Amino acid sequence: MQTIRITAEGASEPSVGGARPELPLTRRQFLKGSGVLFGTIAIGSPLAMLAPSPAWALELKALDSRSGETLLKFGRTLYPHETLPDAVYALLVKDLDAMAGADPKLAEQLRQGVLELDQAAGGAFSKASAAKQMAAVRALEGTPFFATVRGKCVTSLYDNEMTWVAFGYPGESWSKGGYIARGFQDLKWLPAPPESASPPPYMG
Amino acid sequence: MAKFGFDDDSVVVIIGSGAGGGTLANELCQKGIKVVVLEAGAMQSNASFINDEWKSFAQLAWLDARTTSGSFRLAKDFPGLPAWICKTVGGTTTHWAGASLRFQEREFKVRTQYGHIEGANLMDWPLELRELEPWYAKAEDKMGVTRTHGIPGLPGNNNFKVMYAGASKLGYKDVHTGNMAINSQPRDGRGHCLQLGFCFQGCKSGAKWSTLYTELPKAEATGKLDLRPESHVTRIEHNAAGKVSGVVYFDKDGKEQRQKARIVCVAGNSIETPRLLLLSASAMFKDGLANSSGQVGRNYMRHMTGSVYAAFKDPVHMYRGTTMAGIVRDEAGLDTRRGFVGGYELETLSLGVPFMAAFLDPGGWGPDFAWWMEHYTQLAGMWIVGEDMPRETNRITLNPKVKDKYGNPVPNVHFDDHPNDIAMRDHAYTQGERIYQAAGAIRTFRTPPYPSTHNLGTCRMGASAADSVCNAFGQTHDIPNLFISDGSQFTTGGAENPTLTIVALAIRQADHIASQMSRKAI
Ligand SMILES: Cc1cc2nc3c(=O)[nH]c(=O)nc-3n(C[C@H](O)[C@H](O)[C@H](O)COP(=O)(O)OP(=O)(O)OC[C@H]3O[C@@H](n4cnc5c(N)ncnc54)[C@H](O)[C@@H]3O)c2cc1C
Ligand code: SF4
Repeated sequence: MQTIRITAEGASEPSVGGARPELPLTRRQFLKGSGVLFGTIAIGSPLAMLAPSPAWALELKALDSRSGETLLKFGRTLYPHETLPDAVYALLVKDLDAMAGADPKLAEQLRQGVLELDQAAGGAFSKASAAKQMAAVRALEGTPFFATVRGKCVTSLYDNEMTWVAFGYPGESWSKGGYIARGFQDLKWLPAPPESASPPPYMG
Repeated sequence: MAKFGFDDDSVVVIIGSGAGGGTLANELCQKGIKVVVLEAGAMQSNASFINDEWKSFAQLAWLDARTTSGSFRLAKDFPGLPAWICKTVGGTTTHWAGASLRFQEREFKVRTQYGHIEGANLMDWPLELRELEPWYAKAEDKMGVTRTHGIPGLPGNNNFKVMYAGASKLGYKDVHTGNMAINSQPRDGRGHCLQLGFCFQGCKSGAKWSTLYTELPKAEATGKLDLRPESHVTRIEHNAAGKVSGVVYFDKDGKEQRQKARIVCVAGNSIETPRLLLLSASAMFKDGLANSSGQVGRNYMRHMTGSVYAAFKDPVHMYRGTTMAGIVRDEAGLDTRRGFVGGYELETLSLGVPFMAAFLDPGGWGPDFAWWMEHYTQLAGMWIVGEDMPRETNRITLNPKVKDKYGNPVPNVHFDDHPNDIAMRDHAYTQGERIYQAAGAIRTFRTPPYPSTHNLGTCRMGASAADSVCNAFGQTHDIPNLFISDGSQFTTGGAENPTLTIVALAIRQADHIASQMSRKAI
């Protein structure tokens, strides 16, 4: 089995699927980072097509595994999408880990925030019930930690191809000649406007 | 490309290459006048534009620090990004959607029409629609605006079908695919719209008018244009007689340069233009250049805006095709029974998933937010744009606490919505929701304003030097060889998207400058 690594370097490149396939993680590599997250993408999900393998692993540089898992679940509580696999939320952890690696103060904020989430959940946040997780997240709303993670979610969770595919957003259209011949007027459940309001397209 | 010397004091220097600056440059060059355009941004092309919202934003947007204050919601949602403006050759005409509407007659004389309104600094333009009409016609021809000069309208996409169906059910009559500076058929050496759906990311097909690949190359072909990208102007200088004599700028290597000039025209968009006048304060002009009225930076307008998104049971795929694909104009008139003065337009709009996540409900989270994102392909969207009230206290000032990379104070944008803006926004939200409900929406959502795309009014034109910065030609009252050449000139904002008016004013200003130069008046 081939393992996809959600690489920790190159935070600006949020891609699991598009990634160049890399060698599976070895035990030695485990020890280099401070934490590792694993997961699989369900076979048959449209996202599996984007990935060279259903298994993924994320090596963390600044955060430990427990923090990584907690932040992953925090992201899922903030933006709960059943249609998105953990691999998408792992992108959030990857980006936060990169930020923590570059900024010790932020790393401390994240570590502290993780502890507060656990406290608010009355045990490990990542293992708590959905209701407890929601209550814990609500309790932290308004804190700088909450703002950091929520703000990062906006790009980590929604600016990546896996999410686009899951939500049916095709991304760029230039290489496909735009939509002039690919359904820009294909809506059938409403009447078409008259030509005076919407003239026919020029097809060359 | 022409190259003029730093000491050549016969050139016209234009700061900014967007709608105002790029157009003015071409018009002057066509008349044989030597022009140096200093543009802070870098050169891009149709080929280098990127069909990806954030990557394109990083490539084209103005990201230098700005600060905010006031009660408008942007100060909370995007405190460091009050405006959505570009820093690139071609300016914001790279990002713009292309909607090109003339102002209505009444909108040039709102003080007369609306009377005194508490908390608003209304003033009539020193211009009438009648005087501007020939220049509007030239601008429409230049930009290839649909439904003018015999140019057919664009075909409506799915997003427009939804708007049309709902709006006509509600009884709206003036609903169509708009007046767009986008080629519905090949024209002016540019191809037709391929319905790419990335109008806000720079049009890769070149169907949409942008000074980058229309005005600027045409100006260059005259041999009279010296365009210098990555040249950030930090100061306008003047001589002992109180006339401007040149500008100081930093070139692409970060080296300070000094370009002499016979005339300086400022077209940096309505935040940077007043900032530059304020930064150029001197012993002779202590409050900044052209600011004897104290109005530089004041009366900042951003249009009353907001968006309505609606979810339907069936797919819409609003992202396919032109971003601004159609318009409802029935609410643009004046009807005070609605509870406010002025009017507004409703225009379709679409965002991709990345921008939707950032702008649908800034700061929002939870299952409800997730629901909207998951229904992305079933959404239709529209943007509302209406006349907002100019207020003296809504203004651009220098913020001495934050410095840019050249060591200059960044601009602070202060804005408080006027009660009239709030009443109009409420009305528009309601009508937008009713349109979508009439088309069968299962849910509707009121999205707050995006970072301001229409920035206006901060160097307003007026009849009197006592209460305005420039005259009807954009010539500053205080300094005859200093011109304002962008939307900063607007006395009031109208309900219409501003660019057509900016371009019409630039063409008219070029004529004025050329005749003043030949009469040796400046
Ligand atoms: C997403 C979006 C959609 C829009 N859609 C529409 C629409 O449909 N219809 C419409 O009418 N309008 C639209 N607009 C607004 C339109 O783009 C602006 O009205 C127009 O471009 C303003 O022209 P301008 O010349 O004032 O400024 P800009 O086009 O912004 O150009 C200003 C230029 O000056 C440069 N500059 C600034 N300061 C300096 C300095 N100190 N030194 C050197 N250079 C400097 C900037 O880098 C920039 O290139 C839209 C805007 C956006 C962002
Ligand atoms: S939809 Fe038309 S105008 Fe917009 S980017 Fe595509 S080709 Fe250009």
